[in-house]
Amino acid sequence: MYSSLVLEHFKNPRNSGELPGANAVALVENPVCGDTLELSLRVEDQSILEARFRAKGCVPTIACASQLTEMIQGAALMDALKISRESIIESLGGIPEGSLHAVQLSLDALHSALKSLPMLNVDLKEIHGRTWA
Amino acid sequence: MPSVYLDNNATTPVLPEVFEAMRPYFLESFGNASSLYERGRRARYAVESARHAVAHLLGAAPAEIIFNSGGSEGDNHAIFGIVSPGDHVITSVIEHHAVLAACKRLEAVGATVTYLQVDSRGQVNPEDVRAALRPNTRLISVMMANNETGVVQPLEEIGQIAAEADVWFHTDAVQALGKLPVDVNRIKCDLLSISGHKLHAPQGTGALYVRRGTPIQPLILGGPQEHNKRAGTENLPGIVGLGKAAELACKWLADGGAERMAKLRDDFERFMSEHLGRIQIHGLGVPRTPNTSDISFDGISGASLMFALDERGVSVSTGSACASGSGHPPYVLLAMGLKRDQAQAAVRFSLGKQTFKEEMDYVQTYLIAEVTKLRRLSPVWNNRRKKKSLSASAQELIALA
Repeated sequence: MYSSLVLEHFKNPRNSGELPGANAVALVENPVCGDTLELSLRVEDQSILEARFRAKGCVPTIACASQLTEMIQGAALMDALKISRESIIESLGGIPEGSLHAVQLSLDALHSALKSLPMLNVDLKEIHGRTWA
Repeated sequence: MPSVYLDNNATTPVLPEVFEAMRPYFLESFGNASSLYERGRRARYAVESARHAVAHLLGAAPAEIIFNSGGSEGDNHAIFGIVSPGDHVITSVIEHHAVLAACKRLEAVGATVTYLQVDSRGQVNPEDVRAALRPNTRLISVMMANNETGVVQPLEEIGQIAAEADVWFHTDAVQALGKLPVDVNRIKCDLLSISGHKLHAPQGTGALYVRRGTPIQPLILGGPQEHNKRAGTENLPGIVGLGKAAELACKWLADGGAERMAKLRDDFERFMSEHLGRIQIHGLGVPRTPNTSDISFDGISGASLMFALDERGVSVSTGSACASGSGHPPYVLLAMGLKRDQAQAAVRFSLGKQTFKEEMDYVQTYLIAEVTKLRRLSPVWNNRRKKKSLSASAQELIALA
């Protein structure tokens, strides 16, 4: 059902926990299944220096969040904003059709955290169009 | 890595004695039980012996047992075989999908259905059954034991109400049979569904008990098998297996098997309560099947715990939508008044006759470790409270995570 990469991120999540000194934090929830994701970022000079996550949810929710933090840590803000559902899915070796909500939840957390930053003068829709599935 | 199977409410392994009893009927002793020659007569004898064994387990007469393909068929047969458009049915919101779906179909064709709520312990109130009776009530269908929680319903009282009101009474006993004593005369039911694969017999086997005199129409039409009540060539090896499983279940119950199993389950629940804070054991304090333990672990998702245990070789189940693939919420727990998060934090452990203490010890160890790991990862778990509730031994177990 799940790829070996998904299971690996589930068993050994990367960058889990809270982040003291975070200046961009989001807590998002999928209202249908109750999966909850907290993403904490430390952003300076248009780059994400550190990222941490905490999640309550199914295997893909935890795996996508773990993988996302790997992808954004050390990345420029504009590059992080360009991360797509497809890139997360591909980097994890595939996500079952019924679990795509987990990928969306990770991206929602990222966008929600970054939207709170005053220095960000970008319309997210310009990058991704409609962000909700 | 050990393999510990704790999902016996989903299905059970066929016992070796059951498989050995079936084997000849696939091979040298194959036959059609309706054929009149020697081979057919031997097949007929095997079917009737199995019928006696199943009847004995239920306290019924052999002629009241109709073999079929399992619980879903039995539930559908009981409902569609008795109810007509214009009739009224009383059932409960926690029934198996087969009963609920059949009732929905009845409503579409002109019957009316009352779905009774359950209380916080998961039980139907017999007085609610009485209050729901109407002049055109034809059938009451309330399950004996719930598949999620193991909670047992007050069927003797409901059977009494049905008898006084002259209404037919069906019970889905799929989860109860072989784990608890079942006596169709004590509960005064007219129809009762059982499923072989919950009883260590093969999947695709089962039976419907039909009390003599119950005016049930066949669901499957065709040949005259099962006294014209259920067409189709008898599943000879399957029926033999079901009969053997019924015979073994009788012995197991008589030998105190249910009490031993309940002790294993109760010891497990006590250990969890002592070593983990903020868990809810559903149905605690009311009669349950001795093998079922349905527990909500605050702060985590049941689906993630299920997979974490799977990685340790332990098979359990959860009703959460993600894990079931159905997108349906865990309706039984929601009906008991749980909030969505609590319901989706639930995992069901269902022991089998093959489960032994060392396996439960293994599960306990890794369950504590995995729950603790998932709680550490959760943004909704209160870390300060967690530190206070852990015993020294629990902290050792956490180190395994």
